[in-house]
Amino acid sequence: MKVEVKEGTEVRKMVRTLVEEKGSEKAELIPILHDINGELGYISDVAIQELSELMNIPTSHIYSVATFYRMLSTDPRGRHVIQFCESAPCHVAGGRVVWQKLQQELGLSNGETSEDEKWTLLTTSCLGVCGVGPVMVVDHDIYGNVTPEQVPDILSNYD
Amino acid sequence: MAYFRSHVLVSVDPKCIKKGAFELMGALQDELVKQGLVDEVEVLETSRIGDPDTSGPDMIVYPEGIHYTNLSLKDIPFLVEEQFIKGRVAAQYAREIEEISDEELSAPQEKELRIVLENIGTVIPLNIEEYIAHDGYMALGKVLTEMTPEETIQEVLDSGLRGRGGAGFPTGLKWRFLRNAEGDQKYMICNADEGDPGAFANRRVLEGYPHSVVEGMIIGAYATGASQGYVYCRAEYPIAVKTIRTAIEQAREVGLLGENILGSGLTFNLEVRMGAGAFVCGEETALMASIEGLRGEPRPRPPFPAQQGLWGQPSNINNVETFSVIPQIILKGAEWFANIGYKKSTGTKTFSMAGDVKNTGLIEVPFGITLREIIYDVGGGIKDDKKFKAVQTGGPMGGCLPEAYLDLPMDYEALDQAGSILGSGGLVVMDEGTCMVDIARFFMEFTQEESCGKCTPCRIGTRRILEILTRICEGKGKPEDIPTLRNLCEQINENSLCGLGKGAPNPVKSTLEHFLDEYEAHIYEKRCPAKVCKALIHFEIIEELCTGCTLCARNCPVDAISGERRQPHVIDPDICIQCGICEQLCPYDAIEIN
Repeated sequence: MKVEVKEGTEVRKMVRTLVEEKGSEKAELIPILHDINGELGYISDVAIQELSELMNIPTSHIYSVATFYRMLSTDPRGRHVIQFCESAPCHVAGGRVVWQKLQQELGLSNGETSEDEKWTLLTTSCLGVCGVGPVMVVDHDIYGNVTPEQVPDILSNYD
Repeated sequence: MAYFRSHVLVSVDPKCIKKGAFELMGALQDELVKQGLVDEVEVLETSRIGDPDTSGPDMIVYPEGIHYTNLSLKDIPFLVEEQFIKGRVAAQYAREIEEISDEELSAPQEKELRIVLENIGTVIPLNIEEYIAHDGYMALGKVLTEMTPEETIQEVLDSGLRGRGGAGFPTGLKWRFLRNAEGDQKYMICNADEGDPGAFANRRVLEGYPHSVVEGMIIGAYATGASQGYVYCRAEYPIAVKTIRTAIEQAREVGLLGENILGSGLTFNLEVRMGAGAFVCGEETALMASIEGLRGEPRPRPPFPAQQGLWGQPSNINNVETFSVIPQIILKGAEWFANIGYKKSTGTKTFSMAGDVKNTGLIEVPFGITLREIIYDVGGGIKDDKKFKAVQTGGPMGGCLPEAYLDLPMDYEALDQAGSILGSGGLVVMDEGTCMVDIARFFMEFTQEESCGKCTPCRIGTRRILEILTRICEGKGKPEDIPTLRNLCEQINENSLCGLGKGAPNPVKSTLEHFLDEYEAHIYEKRCPAKVCKALIHFEIIEELCTGCTLCARNCPVDAISGERRQPHVIDPDICIQCGICEQLCPYDAIEIN
């Protein structure tokens, strides 16, 4: 997931293109927010304002939707987003020690982004790959049967 | 449809891609062109085969079923010559077919009966011709030409099929409600928001046999008069979203979706909507709110979706598995389906087994099978031959059942009476090393986090329960906590708006009922019998067993372990954070939890 910092005008342009593509029906709001989140890594204030004007939806509504769903973020995220599955099957398969190791290795708690903006550490709901728990996802790469000892190796794959 | 004498399935698992799976496919294709074999051998992508950590890229050649592994580009010409020209196995790259593993879906065990999962793994998901060759869209043809909508509904009703999403409402009845509802625009919705932790059957169906869901939905549309459909799939399943989208596109291209389907005059359009990570969206009214572009908050019922659903119009929602089984019911008849199963629960159910059981993964069994048969016969028993402690059924709103319930025949009613639910078929098996108070706390953490916040009993009640459970796990429990918990469970269950809230207390309620002694040990004796709750345990090194290998000291995250090489080590209890890493690592079992 490579996220480049975009200027306000660029963000507005991107939002306009998305609305033109998908339409300005309210039902398209969540798909559009998904795309913005994917492009920017989060949903910025500028994007919300532009969307509000183009779709004729109050910013308060857009904000309420963007903050309701776990996969949408209104805060900037790091270059690499780590999602750790916190669900029961992973928990009983030894997920807890992996989660501790992960936090300790990164010096981050759930929801935090590192100062160098390299990492964001999140927990995720079940990814449905419970047969290989504990599971963690870095950007789009899924790692299964993770042990605490593997954590540093996995992290070293990313720069 | 073109016929190929051989099919090559190349694994495009992320790890195999990194090892050059796509380059390998390209080279293979080039070589086949060079040898004039392109019309005879088809190269296809498939999901993971083998173990990409130790091998890969991998491929399987059908019909022989030969698994080639550890391939590199330079091996391709030789392999093509041996396998496809000379017709013999290139033995140096082949490995035994038995070694191919699908960790989620292994070969059916003796007590299994596969209807929904039957063709998953053997059919190429995104080849509509292959689906058709397996009698796909035959059922649709049958209802359109031989059956009236009312007869179709009656057939589904007679089969006894009940909602596989967990509520167990008769599908035929639901369809009849929608058929009889007044409205110009009716909607048929597929709930693919499989959010229950530990459940992944819907994902496998969408990824492995997507056309069965599409066909089931078109049949439903014909029976009910719906002209627009949505598949609402959670965003955590990117591959499933992609597969079902492509399947819909393929069906549209051949005239199985859109206007005048198969010349019958039926119009039905289907679209995919993606969730954005909210567990509550699996609740039907919340799901509809989310399709409309709103926060996924449930609405009070009545009005039921059949009267006022999506955009206020009559709507029907069924689960992926429900739709997927419809074509077979139509083809083989209601009686065939009704004869499988137990009492009022007909047919089969998929279960996603996880936790401390030997064979984790997906299974499909007829209703009426006992939990013991599922865990021991199909699941192979408890990992490391430990003792069984509890099984949690039906996801986060289900209950934890102890050994005494293992011989219960599984159906909707029996589980309900036992204080649990069938839910979407998640089974988390727990061994003797699991602390039930910790597990209850864990599930409450989930529901508290996922509570949408709309109604007070769920929003505040789950938080209060979580606070009390956390306190108990920290050794600060009070005797009055138990009656308070019971009261909260009752209040939340009775007064919450939707199923998520109503079911939220189940893990606590069931553990209070079946494992009260563990709560009492935590509260009165400040002791965690399973040695899990950090505040109630401490780690010690058994001097006689410690060889001074220093492994624990090197891996301790807080440097709490000290000692000379080849001398017994000691853990400083003031520094130790009870993370348990040392205990996991110690090759001599010299670390004791007290």
